[in-house]
Amino acid sequence: MMCEACGKKAATVHWTEMINDVVRKMHLCEACATAKGLDVNNPAAFSDVLLGLGAPKQPETRERDTACGLCHMRIADFKKTSRLGCQACYDTFADELKPLLQAMHKGQQHVGKAPAYPKEVKAAIPAVGSLSSLAALRQKLASAITAEQYEEAARLRDQIRQHAEKASPNQRP
Amino acid sequence: MKVVDELLKNPGAWLKVGAHPGVMVSSRVRLARNLENTAFPGWAGEDESQRLWQSLRPVLEALPGCAAPVVLEMENLSRLDKEILVERHLISRDLAEKGPGSALVLKADETVALMINEEDHIRMQAMSPGLSLPELWRTIDSIDTDLAQQVRYAFSPRLGYLTACPTNVGTGMRASVMLHLPGLVLMNEINPIVKGVNKIGLAVRGLWGEGTDAAGNMFQISNQTTLGETEQTIISRLEQIVLEIEEHEKHARARLLQQKEISLRDHVGRACGILTNACLLNSRETMDMLSALRLGIELGLLREWSAAVIDELFLLIQPGHLQKVEGRIIGAEKRDLARARLVRARLSAADKRQQG
Repeated sequence: MMCEACGKKAATVHWTEMINDVVRKMHLCEACATAKGLDVNNPAAFSDVLLGLGAPKQPETRERDTACGLCHMRIADFKKTSRLGCQACYDTFADELKPLLQAMHKGQQHVGKAPAYPKEVKAAIPAVGSLSSLAALRQKLASAITAEQYEEAARLRDQIRQHAEKASPNQRP
Repeated sequence: MKVVDELLKNPGAWLKVGAHPGVMVSSRVRLARNLENTAFPGWAGEDESQRLWQSLRPVLEALPGCAAPVVLEMENLSRLDKEILVERHLISRDLAEKGPGSALVLKADETVALMINEEDHIRMQAMSPGLSLPELWRTIDSIDTDLAQQVRYAFSPRLGYLTACPTNVGTGMRASVMLHLPGLVLMNEINPIVKGVNKIGLAVRGLWGEGTDAAGNMFQISNQTTLGETEQTIISRLEQIVLEIEEHEKHARARLLQQKEISLRDHVGRACGILTNACLLNSRETMDMLSALRLGIELGLLREWSAAVIDELFLLIQPGHLQKVEGRIIGAEKRDLARARLVRARLSAADKRQQG
């Protein structure tokens, strides 16, 4: 089968999309698929579909912008990547997670294996995370803006943005 | 990298099927674990990821269940080496894309692989040819238990092991079985089976996981849900279902022989003709043709080759392996030429008739 876009190369990417109950199939070569913005190496993950990634963005409401006390992830960050920042996010975003967990799983109470730690924790690896790093950046950004140090603020903003981009490398177009 | 070249000398643990030809190709069980009070890899900074890897590395290297492992850090691997590891199912595409702090700790026989700083801090998996879920669970369970002697996990009594993606929370376990189902595909009976399997909370994917289609009639079936059931319950349900599917596949093959013997022989014979004569082969077509050969061998219609030869080809014709075997980087179009040459050479060398 030849690529429907260029008609020159063999179609190796077979893309099916459904918009308003109309199914559309495209058969493209790798170059044309990439040009159309399809991420050839990272096809949509099931979990992303389930979590509504790639769905039209809902207008953000400002009323709930809680940040996680441990890792400072905000609900907007979670919605962007559908990945949580740390264990405490499960408490912080419990309200948002509840319907997701109910839809995803058979039960809501863990009944499987639990870790059996030794009574005396010898040379256990301490938590490595300096979870404050992002929080510190955000605080610095806030004070830089207050102090009208805009160059410094722009630098901090870029650092925070890098952090967020690192958290969502596979965002779908 | 030398170490990756060494891997190529073997057919890959999950494909050592010489002893187990048939519907069940391979099994795997993986656990997702995160360390306590540390940001998950996607949210952690590069420094944190590197510190975590540095402190975890000696602990993982000393694990009894993964003795004298091969350690491969993603930042030191070439794109081609990573491709080889993905094709061998030793790392995910996601891990291959990661930088400093992300690594693979691999037992030398390729039966246990620990991915560090993928989506979760630790993704540990055990794999084997054929169907062996309880054994794999025991293997990975004991590695997990040993590890908990030295680290503390992010764990909640209510939600179990806490993972970056809520789809994995609870047991953090994903068990999967790869099945070769050409009979059901040829009899047009695969769709109702896939639908039925989906309905009971199991996922069906292609050979290379999420988002890939079932090239070569290879289907990966795994549990979708991880919270609310024990590991044993999840595994035994999966096992029961894949055994049922195996029965369906066997019936489909029997009916093919009874009702459509000529078209079956034609299907196998054409595949044979194409693979032994074609000058250009893309990987999708090759896998579909190899699937036909595998079916022909198992039904006794082809006596030229053993199933092991075909299974090894399934791996060798993948882009990464192909380029490694050729010893150079080859563009997609030239690859089809190299692939066809490789397939012809291998099939001709392994032809039992010519060996007399």
